[in-house]
Amino acid sequence: MTETKRVLETGIEIRPTYTPEDSKALDAEKDIGSPGEYPYTRGIHKTMYRDQLWSMRQYSGFGTPKDSNQRYKYLLDQGQTGLSVALDLPTQMGLDPDDAMSLGEVGRVGVSISTLKDMETLFEGLPLDGVTTSFTINATAAMLLAMYLCVAEKQGVAFEKIGGTIQNDILKEYVARGAWIYPPDFSLRLIVDTIEYCTKHVPRFNPISIAGAHFKDAGCTCVQEAAFTLADAIEYIEAVLDRGLNIDEFAPRLSFYFYTHSNFFEEIAKYRAMRKLWAKYLRERFNAQNPRSWLFRFGVVCGGSTLVPQQPEVNAIRVAYQALASVLGGVQSMFTCAWDEPFSIPTEENARLALRTQQVLGYETGVADTPDPLGGSYFVESLTKEMEDKISELITKIESRGGMVKSIKEGFIQRQIMEEAQKKEKRISSGEAVVVGVNRFIIDEEERELTLHEYNENVAKEQIESLNEVRSMRDNGKVEKHLGQLRAVAKSDENLMPHLIEAFRDYVSLGEVCRVFKEEFGTFQQPTII
Amino acid sequence: MTAERKKRILIASPGLDGHDRGAKVVAYALKDAGMEVIYLGIHRTTEEIVIAALEEDVDFVGLSMLSGAHLILTEQILKMMEKYRIGDIPLVIGGTIPKKDVTRLKELGVAFVFPTQTPLDKIISELEEYH
Repeated sequence: MTETKRVLETGIEIRPTYTPEDSKALDAEKDIGSPGEYPYTRGIHKTMYRDQLWSMRQYSGFGTPKDSNQRYKYLLDQGQTGLSVALDLPTQMGLDPDDAMSLGEVGRVGVSISTLKDMETLFEGLPLDGVTTSFTINATAAMLLAMYLCVAEKQGVAFEKIGGTIQNDILKEYVARGAWIYPPDFSLRLIVDTIEYCTKHVPRFNPISIAGAHFKDAGCTCVQEAAFTLADAIEYIEAVLDRGLNIDEFAPRLSFYFYTHSNFFEEIAKYRAMRKLWAKYLRERFNAQNPRSWLFRFGVVCGGSTLVPQQPEVNAIRVAYQALASVLGGVQSMFTCAWDEPFSIPTEENARLALRTQQVLGYETGVADTPDPLGGSYFVESLTKEMEDKISELITKIESRGGMVKSIKEGFIQRQIMEEAQKKEKRISSGEAVVVGVNRFIIDEEERELTLHEYNENVAKEQIESLNEVRSMRDNGKVEKHLGQLRAVAKSDENLMPHLIEAFRDYVSLGEVCRVFKEEFGTFQQPTII
Repeated sequence: MTAERKKRILIASPGLDGHDRGAKVVAYALKDAGMEVIYLGIHRTTEEIVIAALEEDVDFVGLSMLSGAHLILTEQILKMMEKYRIGDIPLVIGGTIPKKDVTRLKELGVAFVFPTQTPLDKIISELEEYH
């Protein structure tokens, strides 16, 4: 039998066998170290999951705030340990449910939130000092955070006691996911405003979760996913430093988010390499003194574009392996997709199975018993080093072109993502990359009918009625005053967060606020790249 | 000698969804296969799409939809195409389309539906063979 080459998408060749020779160049102290110690290749905590498992945080939300509130309570009852809010597209794009562009989308891919009333309902019976909440929200992250803080006020919970995360990473939206509203300058200003505000007033909240996940799902390799994300992080850090904050004031609250796809060891090595690179950047380049600033804290999602509609139950198995890789990579928070997600958001039953996947991993398998069980493996250490070098090389290349913002404006990042997405498509159609059920082990499924989550067509009507009710109850004179104030502050250098909180407290709607900023700053126009 | 006119397709994502990997991969594949592609990108209103189709004199209108709002958006675009009197241009839809909706879309008048994971070769050959 002839030996076939095994090459990762990034071009790294996997050798037939690994021996002490392969990790010889690595310094046991400097490159690998111990868990909980610089450079954290082996994990950010000394005891890792022995003290506390990762957060099990299933991305969830649909329909009206009441529908989602019930799903959250169900998931918490089932042993989920944190909330992760999925918002519908109008909320992500700063539109009220009655906007013409919201047609067909209200409450569809997530929950619909347009005023504080919706946010109050979403967290009814869920005290904000008893749960941490992650919001996958970007263009309107500052606004959603402000509404969340208003709920805390109403519940009588001090801002200091609130924990959670807003994704708040606009740069990747411009190239990989498309949920942008404003041009980069105003978007970055909103991000810096939230980071500054949280640093001073909501110290336990992660004001940004710099995301590689969307690059990956748009077609990137692991190396591109890692490099683009770290390069974005560098841009954000520099923007906050420009505001006058000290690196150690905010770096400990920076967090990250990635996709774990199917190449098991490549994913593990990716996380180990990024942890080490991040620690080095923070310590050596940004001169952070507080060791907490060096910690690369990340969440993952398992599934995404690796899930396929053919023989869909098999997706549950893909996700389970991806979850294992994430844990062996040292993850802090995890979302495991349900197997029916290539079709729609999951049914309650399938969402439960997805959560059980993590619980089996955490409570039955013993993988959580000792930190970084793969540490010292000739293969894993060698691959980690190769990934580190490749990631760092690509970051250098981006920086030599003037950084991430400039590379995005010039279309450099978009072109790389597209090339990789096309290559991937060709590898699948040629059969070079095996996808079980798609190009190998195919069965005839014509007759199958699945029970899927059904979108409730009445949601839009209900949400519009609810918004109209709010508009008739609130003090509309105050609303006008707030909108005028927001317009004025937006044009100044002052932090917008306190003003957003005041506006939402008086039930100004998300669409009304976002429209004012659009009038002042316009919207981002996508560069044509085809 | 006159070269045969290349088939022209407009590709766009209507509505609010920003996922464009599929739309772009298909756009490049059709271009490589010799078609002319007018790529309109994401966040497009149905009216913008129809006006562009009219101005560009295309042979197909291709829409990519992943959020699940495909039925309502398709109804809207078909109405708009009637209004601008280009109802005869075949509509091509790709994205996250459950099996039962493939039938419903065809009943509405959609010429081609290519759910995710449709092989690119199939998309190319079906559009090339269409007369």
